[in-house]
Amino acid sequence: MNILTVLLFIPLVTVLSILFVRNDRAIKWMAFGGSSVQLLFSIWLTGHYMSLRSAGETAPMLFQSSVAWFEPLNIYFRTGIDGISLSMILLTALVVVAGVLVSWKIEKQVKEFFFLILLLSTGAYGFFITTDLFALFFFLELAVIPKYLLIGVWGSGKKDYSAMKLALMLMFGSALVFLGITALYFLGGHTWNILEIANLHLPIEVQRVAYVLLFTGFGVFTAMFPFHTWAPDGHSSAPTAASMFLAGISMKLGGYGALRVASWLLPDAAHELSWIFIILASIAIIYGAFATLMQTDLKYMNAYSSVSHCGFVVLGISMLTKAAILGAIMQMVSHGVMTALFFAAIGMIYDRAHTRQAKELGGMLKQTPFIGTAFIIAGLCSLGLPGFSGFVSEMTIFIGSWERIGAGYRIATVLAAASIVVTAVYILRAIGFAIWGTITNKEYLGLKDASWNERLAVVMLVAGIVLIGFAPFLLTRLVGADVDIIFASLVK
Amino acid sequence: MNLETLSLLRFEWVIIGIIFVLLVMKLADADAKVKPMLTAINVILLANFLLGLVPMSDGSLFNNFFRSTSLIVLQKNILNLGVLLISLTAYRYLSNIKNQIEYYILMLTSLLGMFVMISSGHVLMLYLGLEMSTIPVAALVNYNRKQRNSSEAGLKLIFSSAFSTGVLLFGISMLYGAVGSLDFTTIACNLEVNALTLMAFAFILGGFAFKMSVVPFHLWTADVYEGAPVSITSFLSVISKGSVIFVFMSALYSLFGHMEEAWLYIVSILAIITMTVGNLFTLRQQNIKRLLAFSSITQVGFVLVGIAGASAMANSSVIYFVLIYVLSNVAAFGVIGAISDTNGNETLSAYKGLYKSNPYLALILSLSLFSLAGVPPTAGFFGKLFLLTSGMGNALYVVLAFASINLVISLYNYLRVVKTMFMDEAEIELGKVETNFPLNIALIVCATGLIIIGFIPAIYNYISSLSYGI
Repeated sequence: MNILTVLLFIPLVTVLSILFVRNDRAIKWMAFGGSSVQLLFSIWLTGHYMSLRSAGETAPMLFQSSVAWFEPLNIYFRTGIDGISLSMILLTALVVVAGVLVSWKIEKQVKEFFFLILLLSTGAYGFFITTDLFALFFFLELAVIPKYLLIGVWGSGKKDYSAMKLALMLMFGSALVFLGITALYFLGGHTWNILEIANLHLPIEVQRVAYVLLFTGFGVFTAMFPFHTWAPDGHSSAPTAASMFLAGISMKLGGYGALRVASWLLPDAAHELSWIFIILASIAIIYGAFATLMQTDLKYMNAYSSVSHCGFVVLGISMLTKAAILGAIMQMVSHGVMTALFFAAIGMIYDRAHTRQAKELGGMLKQTPFIGTAFIIAGLCSLGLPGFSGFVSEMTIFIGSWERIGAGYRIATVLAAASIVVTAVYILRAIGFAIWGTITNKEYLGLKDASWNERLAVVMLVAGIVLIGFAPFLLTRLVGADVDIIFASLVK
Repeated sequence: MNLETLSLLRFEWVIIGIIFVLLVMKLADADAKVKPMLTAINVILLANFLLGLVPMSDGSLFNNFFRSTSLIVLQKNILNLGVLLISLTAYRYLSNIKNQIEYYILMLTSLLGMFVMISSGHVLMLYLGLEMSTIPVAALVNYNRKQRNSSEAGLKLIFSSAFSTGVLLFGISMLYGAVGSLDFTTIACNLEVNALTLMAFAFILGGFAFKMSVVPFHLWTADVYEGAPVSITSFLSVISKGSVIFVFMSALYSLFGHMEEAWLYIVSILAIITMTVGNLFTLRQQNIKRLLAFSSITQVGFVLVGIAGASAMANSSVIYFVLIYVLSNVAAFGVIGAISDTNGNETLSAYKGLYKSNPYLALILSLSLFSLAGVPPTAGFFGKLFLLTSGMGNALYVVLAFASINLVISLYNYLRVVKTMFMDEAEIELGKVETNFPLNIALIVCATGLIIIGFIPAIYNYISSLSYGI
């Protein structure tokens, strides 16, 4: 058995065994156990991968395997990972454990909740380990229905509307991706294998069509303007764990796809047409930042700021310089952990105070110092304070973007960098209203601080942010070689 | 009569045998106990299905009027499976009415007609089979004779199918005028593209389009589906439709294979409007049977995209899709039948909060709806994507663009039902819906099939090994 299938095997076994357990407590422990084992395995796999690489493995993907699926259609279940997919796998494993921990208090339909959360994660792992376009698409779409149900059943606010909007828009995105990959299949070499397609030099006409379809399709998943509207509603209506997953991992599926499939496989078209997505990304960054200014609901605030931050990912990928791509990958990891922490903190506040309006809160740091601190750390990381992961990744993107010569690209870079100021405004304002100050509402005096499970989740996520912030070389060493490979085909 | 004849006609003999015994029982006025009789019929149908899994040789009979190949056996066996499952889901309905014997005689006669139609090697035989499969269904649709809408449905079906038959016959007569023969191979070899044959094709297409409820020939569908007993609605939407799809596809590929340029446009346009109109009408349906009726029109639209692929891959993906469609729809109608038998309510609001009161039924229904919508990991995902992939293989980009939009709309339609079941609060307490043993078997078989078919490549590979294109 291939070592990568373990990554699918662990969550699947957890999901199936949850079905046969009746005790809610046992289910939570099983979900926690399963996702922790997965996290430990991912960390071990990373170490193993690094040791193989330093031993001189130069293949673009390691641990490759291939199992026939629908042979007449050349569909195989192919696996293989490089540093980029590994960093995404680590991110997923971390966020899922934290999500499970944060959901400890859930009482409504516990079995179904954890079943869906873990099913979602299975889809994400499958997406990151496969190198077959059809299988990749399968895993991409696998996540749509669980998200719909998580928001619709366990959500709050206008959940029916948000859930339906999210499901339909993501389905639209996947339809575009599907058109793109089938076009690649028939107009390319009748293969779904990413590694083979990367070596085909497809005619530019084919590349153009496939690039636009694929990038836009994946762009919907990463909430690219103008397909971002599912994100604010979806994130804010979702239960905490689902918001963490949606913003932390799901949006990264889009970014990863846009890089790995759209840009890497279609380099000529990427050079020719990436300006479209640079414009859209710049709009998303600016628009997202200003829209966040107007939000009073903390969850909406973080959701819109996610649109802005994921704009950086799209910008980095579309700039097509080595540093920008590296920065985009770092930003995906950084934003994934940071936004998960943010949503976790907001969820904890909401659980206690039953409101997410920044102005109705106040003084949270006094009553619940741990949660307040978590909120502040997430905020500071979001606005790009040095020492946290946000700073290094955004900085790398700006440097990379500046390397691309041309007035339009420079303007986009400057605009993107300027948005940081706006970010600082809304983050500091939210912290000021909700966390600092005096307690205005007497009811908040009795609030309890974070419980052990919440503390554990926060500590794990903060560790991730700080680790990348202080030791970015860990991440660059993991993904650097692979960025070279992707970049090499993009410059030729 | 030798052993070969017997083996080529094996399904037909079994069905004729059942019909014959039932007729004798009816005529002798034998006072059979209902439940043992139903069980016996189901066991024989199961045996019939298992018989179809035994590989046997190809061949033709009666001067090539009747032919049998592995592909034809497979198609018939998909229908066998469907009829068996429908018969299981109808167990409870049948236990509560009087005329079970006639029900089976009519249903199996219709099935026999479909077998004749699928096996036909001659246009007259095809016509005969088509008629034989339709007329008994009209009586079945009218089975709840006391209900007005059931009678209305029966009448509508018989009128519209008589009309479509007339159209089809007109086309056949032109075809005969143009070629001078009605034998499939002769027609396929001698067909030239000219005004007369194009006209013939258009009329024949119209005839088939009625039976498949392709827009704009779909107007009978919703009323008939709504008025008929649930198991018959299921039979109409799955078995009737599936068999006509098989025959239509083989007619296009072998009879009119030379005219591909001509029919490709027509079929593509029909595919686009069928998907779109079906979807738009589904949007606001409040009756679950009507909702599924219109959604089945959409599904036919997707099938047409596959058929327009005109390749061996298209052929196999259509058959694969029909297999999955059979399981999805039978499961959906099985659940609807169980609920309708309990409270007689078929509106969507009766499904509010179904997951709380009957989680098992709600899960099966949502699984089948997900499969119809084409979301993974259900089999419908693979079925639908292979249809679209074969459309892409024939470079039908405009059709594919419409198909993608329709995928989104149809997801909305199915999620609406899912939302009702999972997220809404029940207005009227439904209580526990009783499910009996045969229904449970049928539902579990369908659900298991929907989950695992996509992960057993052997099924698709087998279909693919038999398929042919133009």
